[in-house]
Amino acid sequence: MTTVETATGTAKTMVLNMGPQHPSTHGVLRILLELDGETVVKAVPDLGYLHTGIEKSCEDKTYSQAITLTDRMDYLNPLGNNLVYCLAVEKLLGLEVPKRAQYIRVMMVELQRICSHLVWLGTHAIDLGAMSVFLYCFREREEILKIFEMFSGQRMMTSYIRIGGVALDPPAGWRQAVERFLKMMPSRVDEYESLLTENRIWMGRTKGVGYISAEDAVALSMTGPTLRAAGVAYDNRKVFPYSSYQEFDFDVPTRTDSDCFARYMIRVAEMRESLKIIRQAFGKITNEGPIKAEAPGIIPPQREKMKTEMEALIYHFKIFTEGFSPAPGEAFVTVESPRGELGCFIASDGSPKPLRVHFRSPSYINLQALPKLIEGQLIADVIACIGTIDIVLGEVDR
Amino acid sequence: MTETSSQNANVVAELLRSWNAKAVAEVIEFRGETTIVVPRELLRAAAEHCRQHAGLQYNLLTDATCLDRYPHEPRFELNYHLVSIPRREKVRLKVKLSGNDPVVDSLVAVWPGANWLEREIFDLFGIRFSGHPDLRRILLPDDWEGYPLRRDYPVEGYRDVPNTGELFRKSSTP
Repeated sequence: MTTVETATGTAKTMVLNMGPQHPSTHGVLRILLELDGETVVKAVPDLGYLHTGIEKSCEDKTYSQAITLTDRMDYLNPLGNNLVYCLAVEKLLGLEVPKRAQYIRVMMVELQRICSHLVWLGTHAIDLGAMSVFLYCFREREEILKIFEMFSGQRMMTSYIRIGGVALDPPAGWRQAVERFLKMMPSRVDEYESLLTENRIWMGRTKGVGYISAEDAVALSMTGPTLRAAGVAYDNRKVFPYSSYQEFDFDVPTRTDSDCFARYMIRVAEMRESLKIIRQAFGKITNEGPIKAEAPGIIPPQREKMKTEMEALIYHFKIFTEGFSPAPGEAFVTVESPRGELGCFIASDGSPKPLRVHFRSPSYINLQALPKLIEGQLIADVIACIGTIDIVLGEVDR
Repeated sequence: MTETSSQNANVVAELLRSWNAKAVAEVIEFRGETTIVVPRELLRAAAEHCRQHAGLQYNLLTDATCLDRYPHEPRFELNYHLVSIPRREKVRLKVKLSGNDPVVDSLVAVWPGANWLEREIFDLFGIRFSGHPDLRRILLPDDWEGYPLRRDYPVEGYRDVPNTGELFRKSSTP
């Protein structure tokens, strides 16, 4: 062991400040690394650079107004955030959502999952030096964003899922667009795999890197692909089904090696499973039918009714001036986001504004395991490990 | 759905009661969710029991969060959301804390994942967790004053802005 004489004494290790402006931290994450040569001895994440107080802001909005804030937490999964928030409010209200709206929701969040995994795969590969994968992934992501734009008028912050259903009926021509995507995508996933799975550099950078045992992963509250790569088949869509997921036939891919390569394989397999779900939802969505629950006073009435019925006009006025008031109580709902278990806790005190809204963000909780993944590894592997847990800093800091 | 959840509520409540008669202060059933209110002194031991007992096996602490009912007392309610992966069940443990003494035992020794969850609650609500290995602010800067998610902390304009509601009440009294 070589030691260096410094002004303060003999130093064996050095402290390196990584971030907050570092391209591979996918946002603004700062990590203090204590290094012994190239080996990480200790890692201390420092967060909060993107904290915007979304939970506090929600307390000053009516239940419907807060939906737009949820889009902006995990900006790779806005529809999933909408969904978890709406499910929690619906649970508080005891509201039943029509089946057609549930299937549309499932199709949209599964498209979102593929979209998010594409961004993950592209950026993770670019971090590890595989430039071209990024371009391929963003090519397909564009197609998904076009579908979102078609449905909601927005590419990213769609706010498409609303309390009681979805915002709009599927647009004309949606079947062709989704069908085209379903036809194209399977071969594209094969294409990514042909670029990476048996690539020796890729294997060298990811195999055996960032190991965590299943016991440690559960103890550290990890969820999502990272937990499933450790061999625990915990997926909210199967364990606590929501939005009619119990009617869909799909598998939960798991692996046991629990390294960066295993997590890559899990996410690729999940893209294929999502395609299966989208295909089934595509068949289940009927051309006609309600997209919103029947709940006067909570769901805004249709335009035609407002012009012909006095009650509808009154409800419209009441909903947009004061909102609606769920019964006092608390609800906690979890869904499977691309990153893991996304939860929403809402407490109502019987007023039109929530008493407390809290999001259990999977990025935040999975990031907690980062020191466990990288301590004892090489500094180059830190990049691979940050990428592999797939954090979105907007969601970490909220 | 509701039936199975109330069965689970009975199972959890009975197992906790048979372990310690004082462990269950209240059982709340709302919209198919089970909440068990635990006295503050017994939280750590009850959590340990929930994790270890063969009939409970709550091995995943999925979330911990706080709720401020200001101006009512006890104002703080800590909610721990537990999941048993083998049993496929959820339960919520709740502890009520007064505003003068918001201190509770840390659960980091039971679930290491509680570390950042408790730091977040400390940061935003000012609840102190005794026995926590690293109780520092996490989202806000270290020199931040106040705890923003408390209900008496305004959403905006917390510095040098007169309380207009207060002024109005004063001027309207004869």
